[in-house]
Amino acid sequence: MAKAKNNTLKLNFDTKWGYSPAPESKSIAKIEAKYDLFINGKFEKPLSKKYFDTINPATEEKLSEVADANAADVDKAVKAARIAYNNVWGKMPAKERAKYIYRIARMIQERAREFAVIESLDGGKPIRESRDIDVPVAANHFFYYAGWADKLQYAFPNRNPKPLGVAGQIIPWNFPLLMAAWKIAPALATGNTVVLKPAETTPLTALKLAEIIQESELPAGVVNIITGAGATGAAIVNHSDINKIAFTGSTDVGKIIQRAVAGTNKKITLELGGKAANIIFDDAPIDQAVEGIINGIYFNQGHVCCAGSRLFVQESVFDEVIRKLKDRLETLIVGDPLDKNTDIGAINSKQQMETIHKYLKIGEKEGAEMYQSNCPLPKKGYFIRPTLFTNVAQSSRIVQEEIFGPVLTVQTFRTDDEVIEKANNTPFGLSAGVWTDKGSKIFNLTTKMRAGVVWANTYNKFDPTSPFGGYKESGFGREGGLHGLSAYLNVH
Amino acid sequence: MIAETLSFSIPDFRLSPRIDQIGVEERASRFTKRSIKTESKINGLKLALNMIDLTTLEGKDTEGKVKQLCYKAQHLHDVYENLPTVAAVCVYPSMVRIAKKALGNSGVKVASVATAFPSGQAPKDVKIRDTKFAVNEGADEVDMVISRGKFLEGDYNFVFDEIAEIKEACGTARLKVILETGELVTYDKVRRASDIAMYAGADFIKTSTGKISPAATMPVTLVMLEAIRDFYYKTGKMIAMKPAGGISKAKLALHYLVMLKETLGEAWMNNEWFRFGASSLANDLLMQLMTQKTGVYQSANYFSID
Repeated sequence: MAKAKNNTLKLNFDTKWGYSPAPESKSIAKIEAKYDLFINGKFEKPLSKKYFDTINPATEEKLSEVADANAADVDKAVKAARIAYNNVWGKMPAKERAKYIYRIARMIQERAREFAVIESLDGGKPIRESRDIDVPVAANHFFYYAGWADKLQYAFPNRNPKPLGVAGQIIPWNFPLLMAAWKIAPALATGNTVVLKPAETTPLTALKLAEIIQESELPAGVVNIITGAGATGAAIVNHSDINKIAFTGSTDVGKIIQRAVAGTNKKITLELGGKAANIIFDDAPIDQAVEGIINGIYFNQGHVCCAGSRLFVQESVFDEVIRKLKDRLETLIVGDPLDKNTDIGAINSKQQMETIHKYLKIGEKEGAEMYQSNCPLPKKGYFIRPTLFTNVAQSSRIVQEEIFGPVLTVQTFRTDDEVIEKANNTPFGLSAGVWTDKGSKIFNLTTKMRAGVVWANTYNKFDPTSPFGGYKESGFGREGGLHGLSAYLNVH
Repeated sequence: MIAETLSFSIPDFRLSPRIDQIGVEERASRFTKRSIKTESKINGLKLALNMIDLTTLEGKDTEGKVKQLCYKAQHLHDVYENLPTVAAVCVYPSMVRIAKKALGNSGVKVASVATAFPSGQAPKDVKIRDTKFAVNEGADEVDMVISRGKFLEGDYNFVFDEIAEIKEACGTARLKVILETGELVTYDKVRRASDIAMYAGADFIKTSTGKISPAATMPVTLVMLEAIRDFYYKTGKMIAMKPAGGISKAKLALHYLVMLKETLGEAWMNNEWFRFGASSLANDLLMQLMTQKTGVYQSANYFSID
């Protein structure tokens, strides 16, 4: 029983005792057949008269259709936001503003289950994550920034912080509700009004948030939520009456936005791509490090800008780490996002699945060794097994470029200096992780790592009180914490 | 002298892997997020029943008490057909002969605590005699305690040699080594004690006596399961695991099975390689099984207390 042939021992995770399906009920999720644009406190038909479908990536079935805002719709939303800023929100005492933000936070909590189910339906992420992370952290962002609203003079002592005006916010598809919260909460707390565009593949939770905002009786026009694709985003970025652009998304689009905004008075924050190094030293608590690596890359199907996609393992523990990683991969369940036992859900869109497949092919062509778990995949929908590549080099494309999927590359290193140099040898600089039992090594590495967030002996920890943002081509500006306030204020 | 018979070298136990407290507790809590429903639940409950070491370790234990417990071990709840028995009955050495007779050829094993259980504060020769007595009385398994005082003093050789000698005294009986993790306190020490016990010849490693709080916890058990996994990969030898004390609810037992499944896999998913040391767990498992069968919860009065 113990020893297999060739003395290669293997654990068998394909156990007789398995988990029966445990699907979360869809009945709580009320999704309309059609959604209009949320402008000036009302859902209004788009002037474009156009709609587009949003589908469930796990089944490829249509969930709803949403309005496709054109430049005229954007203009309407910006005008509503400007009027609300001038007449109501900009003048309102800060503690009154705070009450509305608290109310939104509480209403998100009250409808947490509905949000979680819709987030998983529309975006493909496992219900365990939308329920335990996306939705509660989104509510926490509103709570946290509600608290700051009437305390801005303490955040910036001896200054006179003033709101910017109208903020145009464009958010990605990987954390649809959470990113909406990251954008809207600090903007409102600092007295700005908002025009927000969710990603075209995942608009539904933002529209649900619009319903909550309507019910909360937030003054009309303070938050406007309009749906559409790239052209709608461009119309927001190029609108002359917007004071601030906040964008989270790809580095390519970030560059376009920065060019568009150059020479204008618009303030801008960009939170873009990443290719984070996650570094295991030989003195690390290996089992916990392996768990951290797994969560660092396979969380949310790897659709995470700060995903720990480049693993660096000290050579002396390489075999052990790889074996443990492979064992752990076998216990990850890929499948129906609504099943409570699913660890890895559906890839967000067909387009993204094709991008990931392209990189898997590139990896194999580059001579890397690909390992995928044996988990069965559903017949329909966009699914990819968790993947790791060994035998890769710093010069491999799969090591250099952001894949934005459940794909980990594993490199080895010998010394501290070597790994610092390799980890920083990337155009990105959003995040990094360090695993070691030695405190002094943590401090040495964190000071030398050119990354906005460096986690030590943990990974992918998010908290409203902690600032988040990048170096280099991962963008600039910080969201979250005290830093997140200054992105929406003129501080004189 | 024991080491010479082994096919692997003994490591320096001061270099046992370190455990990150936050990391291991997070991982342990992740197992509790698995949703166990319908058929999976029924099978899990039965599996857990079959892994129980039904235990009575009291100063006031008598022949009458032990006999009744042994009957229960074989007839958990006769109104439910085809239920498994528990794995073993765990008693003091003085009760081994009675239990052995009462259990007959039912397949239920007799486990006996020994080595001056629960404190272990006795000279080595007393512990060896205690062990031999239990084995001669018919114990199939011996649950020993390690010398925690010596362990905390850093005298790992003493702890190692003692386990090795008790193992020798056990003969063919399987040896469970109780670390009493509640007295070791840190995960680093739990890991180190696990390594010492396995290399010294333990067949099982076991968390607790049940006399000290905290007894078994999920993170502590996870640390030990991971030690077993590393030992298996190093030596090819499987070691069994027994969390004991504090597991009294069916739901928690299912969480432990999830942890076992996802840490060691199929080979360990049976009562040769995994046990629950518990006295009150059985009835909660039975209650849940009846609920699954009938759709309603029954009163505790419908389940015999021992």
